[in-house]
Amino acid sequence: MLPTPSTTHVPYSRVYEPAEDSFLLVDTLSSPSETTFLSTHFPFSSSPPLLLLEIGPGSGVVLAFLTAHSSTIFSPQKQIFSLGIDINQFACTSTNQTVQLATSEHSLTSGHFLGTVQGDLTCSLRNNQVDVLVFNPPYVPTEEMPCLPLNLEQKSLSQKTTTTFEQDSALLALSYAGGKDGMETTNKVIDSLPELLSERGVAYILLCAGNKPEEVKMRIRDSLGGGGIWSAETVGTSGRQAGWEKLQIVRIWRE
Amino acid sequence: MKVLTLNFLTCAARSCKQSSDSFPLHPKEAELASDDVELNPQLLSNLLPRLDWNALRTTSTELGFPALPEQPPTLEELESDEKTLKDLHSLLMETNLMEGKLVCGHCGHEYAVKEGIANFLLPSHLV
Repeated sequence: MLPTPSTTHVPYSRVYEPAEDSFLLVDTLSSPSETTFLSTHFPFSSSPPLLLLEIGPGSGVVLAFLTAHSSTIFSPQKQIFSLGIDINQFACTSTNQTVQLATSEHSLTSGHFLGTVQGDLTCSLRNNQVDVLVFNPPYVPTEEMPCLPLNLEQKSLSQKTTTTFEQDSALLALSYAGGKDGMETTNKVIDSLPELLSERGVAYILLCAGNKPEEVKMRIRDSLGGGGIWSAETVGTSGRQAGWEKLQIVRIWRE
Repeated sequence: MKVLTLNFLTCAARSCKQSSDSFPLHPKEAELASDDVELNPQLLSNLLPRLDWNALRTTSTELGFPALPEQPPTLEELESDEKTLKDLHSLLMETNLMEGKLVCGHCGHEYAVKEGIANFLLPSHLV
């Protein structure tokens, strides 16, 4: 078992606290079957280093884990550069702290952390750069989609360090509220994969039972990028409920 | 954030995506900080082929770093040219952008960078 990064410095009143879903991502990506897949899919040679992106890292626990243990998870000599993008400024700060702490504690196995930028999903990224995408989306089905609290929109951390209870609640809602079927944000990311991922790129996206994962995977196989190009497989599950997996990790990549 | 990140970022406005002027973003009033990172020529020579070299040359000049050669150096060239090796190592592996702005050459929008975090959220009229 690789150690889980410390997140004791994270303000959980406004940043999503690591939970079962975060740990399922960590466990799945470090499982023997997934590390075998990754080292085969990205064979070591003098090939270019990988760009690893996490969308919505929140506390940074998953990104810190993957960056700090990158030579264990990928292959010993594969170089990794990691990047986070989060809409919540407090999550950006937390992620930077969590990753920097974890990488300094595991410098022998660690990849290179680029930093975290504040942004709405992947709008600010150039096309086809990401080799490994990790996304623990806002997956809870809700009647409405939350907005970023208005007066926090264009303020940065140094201008605004205090928040009201309502603002904090709105920031947390961004981390879980997924709208119809809990899929409104996840669908945007899935639809952007052909532009986002590099030719060899792989995405790991977490789904809950309410997201209708079998339908999601079928839609990816049948129609993403015109259909017949993309694979989608469940590679990790947790929390059985009445015979159904409560949470699962779906791996999406080009055949 | 590491200066290297600029090689992966572009303007967040949808209307700028198609324009070659939106990449790379141009640092303005930049304050930099440096980490101490172990020199690794092999890593640099593996990294260079996946970067946009022209964009990197622009970024290097705009941040006041020495001009980079017109073509990305090979591993052999890096190992025999200590100055270019050190310049690239410093620029790509060690330098962080801490404060300042990133300006889109197409729409002119300025993205603020504070405490090492660039804010790419657009005001609603630009989304």
